[in-house]
Amino acid sequence: MRWVRRGAFGILVAGIAVWSLFPFAWQLATSFEPDRDLARFTPTWLPIPGGTLQHYRNVFVAKDFAPYIVNSVIVDVSATAIALVFAALAAYSIARLPLPGKGIVLGLVLAVSMFPQISIVTPLYQILISLHLIDTYPGLSGVYIGLSLPLMVYILWAHFRTIPQEIDEAARIDGASPLRALWNVIIPVALPGVVPAALLGFIASWNELLLALSLMTSPPRQTIPVGIANFTGLYSVPWGDIAAASVVVTVPLVVLVLVFQRRIVEGVTAGAVKG
Amino acid sequence: MRLRLGPLLLVVPMLASLLAVSLYPVLRTIWLAFRNTSLAAQGDRFTGLANARRLASDSHFWKAWRQTLEFTAATTIAETLLGLVIALALYKRFRGRGFVRAAVLVPWAIPTVVTARTFSWLFDQGGLVNYLLVKTHLVGQPVNFLGSTTLALPTLMAADIWKTTPFMALLLLAGLQTIPPGLDEAARIDGASSWSYFWRVRLPLLMPTLLVASLLRALDAFRVFDLPYVVTGGGPASSTETMSTYAYNVLFSGLEIGYGSAIATSMFITEVLIACAFGVFIVRRVRQEG
Repeated sequence: MRWVRRGAFGILVAGIAVWSLFPFAWQLATSFEPDRDLARFTPTWLPIPGGTLQHYRNVFVAKDFAPYIVNSVIVDVSATAIALVFAALAAYSIARLPLPGKGIVLGLVLAVSMFPQISIVTPLYQILISLHLIDTYPGLSGVYIGLSLPLMVYILWAHFRTIPQEIDEAARIDGASPLRALWNVIIPVALPGVVPAALLGFIASWNELLLALSLMTSPPRQTIPVGIANFTGLYSVPWGDIAAASVVVTVPLVVLVLVFQRRIVEGVTAGAVKG
Repeated sequence: MRLRLGPLLLVVPMLASLLAVSLYPVLRTIWLAFRNTSLAAQGDRFTGLANARRLASDSHFWKAWRQTLEFTAATTIAETLLGLVIALALYKRFRGRGFVRAAVLVPWAIPTVVTARTFSWLFDQGGLVNYLLVKTHLVGQPVNFLGSTTLALPTLMAADIWKTTPFMALLLLAGLQTIPPGLDEAARIDGASSWSYFWRVRLPLLMPTLLVASLLRALDAFRVFDLPYVVTGGGPASSTETMSTYAYNVLFSGLEIGYGSAIATSMFITEVLIACAFGVFIVRRVRQEG
């Protein structure tokens, strides 16, 4: 009986790994296969031999995909950096300082994170038009700052709370201002919380479609998700090109996630379990 | 004086951002829901409940509403159950656990538009799923999953379940890890089978995490937009239209700002109701145990 159970467990675990990895592995294989192989009903399992880089050439040369990547990097990096500063200040104040109405502030942060994006998109469009920020980097970036803040504040707040009060009290006694204590003492100690907050905010912006679609109105300004969503061919669906573009925009993310695996898991779970 | 103002000043940038990007826009959407604002018909007047009456008799809206609820219920339940299985498996110690745990994060990290494209390709008439179905003689002819009014929505559900189950599993795993390991031994010594240990000890202790995690999932699933927008465009014959895609089309293709805002407002209200229902349930459970 024992080996039956162990065998069943092994199959379950292997199944979990295959289920998680296979679809993306399939995109990866597809991205190296020539079109004539993709058009056949019987799939070519591995693009070896006979692999091609044609799809990657199509993506960057014929489809001119690089601007999407540049736009995404500019918008998402700036939004994440600024949001991180705002979130760190706010979380520090909520966790450590005599802020009146802490409960209300945290409640507001949580409530805002539940708003469906479709219910804010029209007014955002109108605001950006009136500020002449529609179809600009600062416009979309500013919106992403607001969108990534709730999760960041929550993660940072959960981490700041776990740091012993004596540490920043010692700094204050040595004559440091609250901001100096935050920067020199709290942030270094709370780094395990800062990393997932930054990464989760960045990933959320990197993957966002609806607002990017509505607020970046001209193709030269559009971001990666819009580029992938609008990827079409003249006569048939260019599966190979789509796969190549998918691989290009996903690999950096997957690498980041695998490198910071532990911290991301801590960050994701901080809210739901400790809260 | 400095002591009181300082803490407040530190939260001002965050509050200002949330006010500008979320709070004010939501309130303005609700305000627009009572107007006939339209860029196509050039109207902009207060019309009271006219939009709400139109919603009530809009069969397309109710179809999207029903499909969105089906999508939300099916994916939330499937992701919770599958997530629980994965969490229980990853809780055990085994060789290669670190690898499997990392592998589970991959679907979560992939942009939804990429997931959408991947599943379009897998479930295409010439795609891998059809090849396997034909090869194993489960079907005679390739199935047109995404062109069928009955199969397109379940295909989108499959994509969502694939992408989001890992997130669920991680939340539940973290919940499992907060259960004191000593309980396991105590139950064994008392002669409890692992089956009854699961039902009597683990599951009840895991319940709060389970409820919070499925609440987060349900709220997220309810606003699904990327998958139908990219994979099917809401078709065929609007069989994958969700509330978000319908509102988006009314707003940005029909340019009916007032009516589109009414649809968005109805979504906002439904989200609040879902959150309240879960909230009441969670508070009750906590009280029972506390």
